[in-house]
Amino acid sequence: MARPTTADAGPGGYAILVRLRNNGVYVALALLVLFNLFFTTNFATAGTILGLLSQATFVLLVALGLTLVIGTGGIDLSVGAIMAIASAVVPLYLGYSWPVAVIVALIFCVLAGMLNGFLVAYVGMQPIVATLALFVGGRGFAQVLVNGQLQTISDPGFLALWRATVFGVPMPVVVAAVAALLVGLLARQTTFGRYVLAVGGNRTASYLSGHPVRVVLLAVYAISGLLAGLAGILATARLAAGDPATIGLLIELDAIAAVVIGGTPLSGGRMNVGGTVAGAILMLVISATFVMNNINPIYAQILKAAIIVLAVYIQQGRRGS
Amino acid sequence: MSEQDNILEVRGVTKGFPGVLALDDVSFGLGTGEVHALVGENGAGKSTLIKIVTGVHRPDEGEIFFAGERVSFSSPREAQEAGISTIYQDTNLISLRSVAQNIFLGREPRNRFGLTDKARMKREAEELLGRYGIEADVTVPVRSLGVGVQQMVAVAKAVSLDARVVIMDEPTSSLEAREVETLFGVIRQLREDGVGVLYVSHRLEELYEICERVIVMRDGKVVHTGDLEELPRLELIATMLGREAPEIEERTTSSARENATGELVLEARGLTTHHAPRDVSIEVHAGEVVGLSGLLGSGRTETAKAMFGARHLDSGSVSVDGEEVDPGSPAQAIKSGLAFVPEDRKAEGIIPELSVRENIVAAALPRLSRAGFVSKKEQDELVERFMDRLGIKASGPDQPAGELSGGNQQKVMLARWLCLEPKVLLLDEPTQGIDVGAKAEVQRLISELAQDGLGVVMIDSEPEEIVEGSDRVVVLRDGGVAGMLSGEELTEQNLVRMIAGSESSEPQNNEEDADG
Repeated sequence: MARPTTADAGPGGYAILVRLRNNGVYVALALLVLFNLFFTTNFATAGTILGLLSQATFVLLVALGLTLVIGTGGIDLSVGAIMAIASAVVPLYLGYSWPVAVIVALIFCVLAGMLNGFLVAYVGMQPIVATLALFVGGRGFAQVLVNGQLQTISDPGFLALWRATVFGVPMPVVVAAVAALLVGLLARQTTFGRYVLAVGGNRTASYLSGHPVRVVLLAVYAISGLLAGLAGILATARLAAGDPATIGLLIELDAIAAVVIGGTPLSGGRMNVGGTVAGAILMLVISATFVMNNINPIYAQILKAAIIVLAVYIQQGRRGS
Repeated sequence: MSEQDNILEVRGVTKGFPGVLALDDVSFGLGTGEVHALVGENGAGKSTLIKIVTGVHRPDEGEIFFAGERVSFSSPREAQEAGISTIYQDTNLISLRSVAQNIFLGREPRNRFGLTDKARMKREAEELLGRYGIEADVTVPVRSLGVGVQQMVAVAKAVSLDARVVIMDEPTSSLEAREVETLFGVIRQLREDGVGVLYVSHRLEELYEICERVIVMRDGKVVHTGDLEELPRLELIATMLGREAPEIEERTTSSARENATGELVLEARGLTTHHAPRDVSIEVHAGEVVGLSGLLGSGRTETAKAMFGARHLDSGSVSVDGEEVDPGSPAQAIKSGLAFVPEDRKAEGIIPELSVRENIVAAALPRLSRAGFVSKKEQDELVERFMDRLGIKASGPDQPAGELSGGNQQKVMLARWLCLEPKVLLLDEPTQGIDVGAKAEVQRLISELAQDGLGVVMIDSEPEEIVEGSDRVVVLRDGGVAGMLSGEELTEQNLVRMIAGSESSEPQNNEEDADG
């Protein structure tokens, strides 16, 4: 309606509903954590909680990159495969010292992301198709790199990436927190973040406003590759082995779910980085709740599915006329 | 007219949305074989009314009678099955399916094997279109047809569903003059068949041509119903706006700023791209409004886009203030001082999910960037200044731009460019699909901008508006320049003649290549 709307003129319940829609993921997470604090033995310990957060870092890092990609209206299915590439490359270069191995692995992952971005931005392929190619081929490529073998790692410097702590906080949690802050800053405060939203909201309008649409697309897929690479490196350090066959397997599903539950619609033009963080943690806490209470984790899958459907349903309400 | 004759009757309908009373005790009746105009500014409640009648929304209060019975549709499909069809601005046809398939979607004629009888479907579709004088190959995908023909197919489909009421929402907004005539033929046929037509349009001339009665809405209320003949155009506008008639007549004409033109700001030479334009040259001086005219498909939009770097140039060049613009991207054109307001606001202009603030500064982002971060202070100053200057009505800069009315969206588009202080403004149909009040405002604004020394290129498919608003008009035909009109030659009659291609009275000109 054209007339200036006074949101508070309607029934008070409406404003609450809107607030609930925008912050549903936080409410759900808070409720689930409260439930666990009261009913799950051993949940309310620093060890459990830090352990859970460490576990959540893989999905979280990948989901952060996906938030940017989905913000442009795209999708990146190849994140799990990119994690596998990182895991395959690290042991190959550990001989030169672990920082070299990490950097080379990250370069591989950024290049993989740029390949996605190139196919989307310059060739004009649909993101789901473009990234499907790497989703299928990337893991195969990674396994070829190491001849399908598990490469055990004993370099203490590299293994410290998972095991070290900073003021008692596990290293992966620190890495993920820094990444979340940077992506949040990128999305909310920078010109680049505006470009991402404009491209996702209306690509033609963005182009006609002089935005560097192709560069932006290339960049978001590259960033997604970088963050997936980071997740792959942490997963490799945790396992103390390069294992491209299993690392990052099916992670894209949990990560996409985390993004959507967090309030970033798949249609693009909107990003909620804080929601993604909460969404990634929520996905893990759901699984943990079932495991720690000795309930078959199969049920956790069903609950996750229900939450995804609910999240999308609530978002649609926001779009209604 | 007695109530028994009314095929559709709306009584005391009220509908509220959170924070807004969209319809306030609305009543009217539509008789069989009548064509009613439904007019009002954007936001007056027309769309809501249509949505209530067609079962998209439910009324909070009030009743709807259809064919004498009280009805309460719960979905557009139910309304359609009962006999109320709606033709929206963007037709709801499936673009990859053929015309015939679209017409018979969900009720395909079957042969004895229970399969679709394609021959019969084709024959019946051809008969149907033929009856309304619509020329189209029914076997080709709808997408390959012009927008106008698509619209006709949508109308034909509606009619073939045995509609007794047809609601048309801005049916002519994307039609050419010739197509409008065909559409009117269809409407006349509908009238003879006893169908009631509710016709929504911003184009007032059309209403007088095709409608008998009028319903005027303002702020969710019906403020006038009656015979259209008894309500002269000026009074109709006044009723819509809720003002006195004389207020509206005031308008800056092009003569007011004659002699105000200054130095050459835009020089496009020999623009040629794939398909159109072909060898088009245009010059614009500071303070001048140059109209770009021609039929739909004559290459108007393509020419504007080529100047703006949004189409790949095969040959030709564009200079602003004597300096050649790097071709190939809008970003370069913007840097040189060009600005472009596209025709299709929804598809190419507004970023609906983003706020008014973010939409206004979209093109200014490079300038607001400090080491990659958006300067909030400068941004907010710009936004405040231009929302104020253009009178953009929104609940605030945070409101998503997609929620604004067409007129306010257009002002947001203008603000997006004006905050860059461009040298040349390219406007593609700047007043299309916005209400009368906003239209006058936008026209006045364009005039003011030219007076301030901006060069303006304006595309407008309404000859009246282009003659009134421009100092000079370049006419395109089939992608090339057909001629130019200025000064006393610039009359609606001459323009229409030149657009149509009657060479007889074409004035000579020395500036443009006239071999279109």
